[in-house]
Amino acid sequence: MAAKRVIVIGGGVAGMQAAITLKNNGISPMLIERDINLGGKLTRWDRLFPCGTPANEVIGKQIESLSELGIRTVLCGEVSEITPSDGHVEVTLTDGSNYEAEAVIITTGFDLFNATVKEEYGYKIYPNVITSADLEDMFKEGEVRCADGSEPRSVAILHCVGSRDSQIGHGHCSRVCCITGVKQAIELKQAYPDCEVYNFYMDMRMFGSGYEELYKEAQQRYRINFVRGRISECSGTIDSRVRIKAEDTLAGRPLKMTVDMLVLMIGKQAPASNAKFASELGIGLSEDGFLKGVDNFDGATATSCEGIFVAGTATGPKNIGESMAEAVSAAMKAVEYVNRLS
Amino acid sequence: MMKKFGFTINAKRAIDLDINDRSIARQVAARVPSWSLCIGCGGCSATCTAGALTDYNFRKLHLLARRGETSALRKQLNNCMLCGKCTLQCPRGVNTRGVIAALMELLPKE
Repeated sequence: MAAKRVIVIGGGVAGMQAAITLKNNGISPMLIERDINLGGKLTRWDRLFPCGTPANEVIGKQIESLSELGIRTVLCGEVSEITPSDGHVEVTLTDGSNYEAEAVIITTGFDLFNATVKEEYGYKIYPNVITSADLEDMFKEGEVRCADGSEPRSVAILHCVGSRDSQIGHGHCSRVCCITGVKQAIELKQAYPDCEVYNFYMDMRMFGSGYEELYKEAQQRYRINFVRGRISECSGTIDSRVRIKAEDTLAGRPLKMTVDMLVLMIGKQAPASNAKFASELGIGLSEDGFLKGVDNFDGATATSCEGIFVAGTATGPKNIGESMAEAVSAAMKAVEYVNRLS
Repeated sequence: MMKKFGFTINAKRAIDLDINDRSIARQVAARVPSWSLCIGCGGCSATCTAGALTDYNFRKLHLLARRGETSALRKQLNNCMLCGKCTLQCPRGVNTRGVIAALMELLPKE
């Protein structure tokens, strides 16, 4: 009997992990990625919290496994339609090509929040207002520079941009920006010890293993300043610095300061494809547009559409380890499902 | 005679980090490294006997010191009885008595 087939849509960390798990469990997987490279959002990241692991190392290992296992991968493949029918699922790409399988795992990830939506922070208006992703680009290039080419002597990091903000309809917490803010603050201090770094936060949510320790290291070893208060607005100064206004809630008073650079910790939002998949396949969507499993527990990776499974940040913000673990779970659910089919 | 229109100029309320002198904060941090671990939970001020009887608020006081807002802090410090209850309950292990001792030494005498 020929091996059962499962198509994985999305070649980020979750998709690659799902494909590897399927192959190791006797299934013939196929991985479809929209981009020209595998790795998803991680391809833009330099080093990872909490241990500074290079992002390339994580995706590199997965890409190596995919190739060793001979897993079929389609790059630049944009899915236009998923058609389930009685034990079969047909996946059609925008170029007209067609693939058939017994099940599909959707691992299409997330979109980064578009910071220009929060106009009051001046992204793309003031040259020294950047995002966490832009800062990763600079870390990858090996130096962090202000728009005029100078080294920043003071940097403010604003948490919760595009997250926990009902003004823009994003009620959810993106979860990983808190620890990213801490990680990037430390990286700035490591590269530029004389630079003063300020993190403006509403809450510090250090949920993961090693996060709290990193937070304490940021405080004590790197003397990073933590200010509990959300920046309400920024303006540019005549010398292209950034003037910020916030309330120092713990002091119960307004606070203002001028910094060389403002870094916005942009959150995760549901990709546009979630709504399309949900309406076409009858899968539930959360209030914030993430795909819903049949429940929050054992059924988290199964959907109300038979043969369709979900994993990774397509179902909500997650860190890399969680995405990989969920991918393994979805893959095993898919294995159980296809093996039950006659 | 100048006509009075009823307008007044209010004193600035903002904590101006561009001009505030934070050298005392740096010295306290150097002397009591655990000071930097505070997350402002307010446990210290909640347990404080002096705080129960006066408007003394250690959380707010040491935060103001950190921001370089040091005027008037000296007098407030005199409310502390050095009982150390704040140190016993701090979830971050801040040596709060050590901070008070350092501030008493470093803040300008009135």
